[in-house]
Amino acid sequence: MTKITFIKHDGEEIVVDAENGTSVMHAAVDNLVPGIDADCGGECACATCHVYVEENWFKKVGGTNDSEEAIMSLNPDRAETSRLCCQMPVTDEMEGLIIRLPEFQF
Amino acid sequence: MSVAEQEYNHMFGKDPYSVPLEDYDVSQPELFYSDTQFGFFERLRKEAPVHYCKDSENGPYWSVSSYEHILEVENNPKVFSSEPSITLVDPEENFDISMFIAMDEPKHGDQRRTVQGIVAPTSLATMEPIIRERIGEILDALPANETFDWVDKVSIELTGQMLATLFDFPFEERRKLTYWSDVATTIPGPDALIQSIEERQNILLTECLPAFTELWNQRVNEPPKGDLISMLAHGKETRDMGPMEFMGNLMLLIIGGNDTTRNSLSGGVYFLNQNPDQYEKLRNDHSLINTMVPEIIRYQTPLTHMRRTATEDYVLNGQNIKKGDKVAMWFISGNRDAKHIDQADDFIIDRPRPRQHLSFGLGIHRCMGNRLAEMQLRVAWEEILKRFDKVDVVGEPVRNFSPFVRGYAELPVQLRPLAK
Repeated sequence: MTKITFIKHDGEEIVVDAENGTSVMHAAVDNLVPGIDADCGGECACATCHVYVEENWFKKVGGTNDSEEAIMSLNPDRAETSRLCCQMPVTDEMEGLIIRLPEFQF
Repeated sequence: MSVAEQEYNHMFGKDPYSVPLEDYDVSQPELFYSDTQFGFFERLRKEAPVHYCKDSENGPYWSVSSYEHILEVENNPKVFSSEPSITLVDPEENFDISMFIAMDEPKHGDQRRTVQGIVAPTSLATMEPIIRERIGEILDALPANETFDWVDKVSIELTGQMLATLFDFPFEERRKLTYWSDVATTIPGPDALIQSIEERQNILLTECLPAFTELWNQRVNEPPKGDLISMLAHGKETRDMGPMEFMGNLMLLIIGGNDTTRNSLSGGVYFLNQNPDQYEKLRNDHSLINTMVPEIIRYQTPLTHMRRTATEDYVLNGQNIKKGDKVAMWFISGNRDAKHIDQADDFIIDRPRPRQHLSFGLGIHRCMGNRLAEMQLRVAWEEILKRFDKVDVVGEPVRNFSPFVRGYAELPVQLRPLAK
């Protein structure tokens, strides 16, 4: 299990224990983290699991892939540290990861 | 009878298993007019989820009917292009109307980003009280104890008012927006709203285009504000559009916001009447509106399909799609795919993960207004349940004669007001 902290746009923190191998999106949905709708169920096809990865973590968790980039580029509110969290498999290295939830998804 | 008509193999009225698969053409409008399409799609999903139709009104095309293969096509926009058209009908000659739904990158993204702000959550939050007030007024004006047409009095009226608001279009003339949208999507025919393609073009060019051009000229000389015409007139990527591109994108936003919401609003009333146990559940727990709304949108699938065109040869489920082939992704079929959705043929207002459906499409062309659509339907149902114990469907609906826009021309209802 890996500890991940989600911070809502209003500052509220939600800490979840995520199972390795699943995606950060699934960890969020399974723990009822608000603002992660994941309409397409993890296929990188709806962009409703958009998150901002805390800056010092962004390099560690790896950058975006091409299909993520294609769909996120349509969003005027994307940031440099934006990811679609269905494309982020949970690993040991993520222990303590901090994720911010964008206001536009609430 | 012309040669083409003799060869036209009608599927309407036939058992899905009595028509050889090689003769299947699921794009025939009679199937949707009679609501008999599902058996044909069920057989396609089972036996030929990627199926080649060798001829139709619009020439040969592939039908993709399973959820997983629709997803594969949607997620590969480089191979499956949205140009030149997102319906099986090719663009009309000498009528080069263009809209970003039928464009590839980078132009699609550039234009889409310009108008996306109007459906951003902050903008939706501003719109919600206006929508609530307007739906309330519409519902309060409905006749009690008599049969009336829900489509005309509620669904069209509400979506027309919404469009007028989004465009800041003269409110008293709002039915023109509905009319132009219908003109743009109707299949021409002797009994149809328009008789010919020429008539369509003429109406759009002589009525719609001048009206929008006037509004454009007005907005471009005013400071930017929050309506769609102003956004297009001032947007960096859109302000230099030619008149046909401007009209195309406006038509896209009108059609996108009109037919779809209208037919989902009618569909919800119909489905609840067909499933009294679900209506009962809803009346006992109004919070189920939140999961019911996406379920209505799935079950209705107001746009049955989108077309793509292959830019190169591609093997899909073992079938050889050739460069240039038309490919129809049948959302209406993927939404009934039991491999992906439990009890897919049933209307269940409290199903888990109700948003996992294909009605909005997937990938980079996924419906921009999906949260606006959901919000309008949610508010409408909240206000309906405040006022009426039941909206009773008292006759069979008349359906659209279209393989693209799935919806209702008429839905007779009577209201049962809540006991005071």
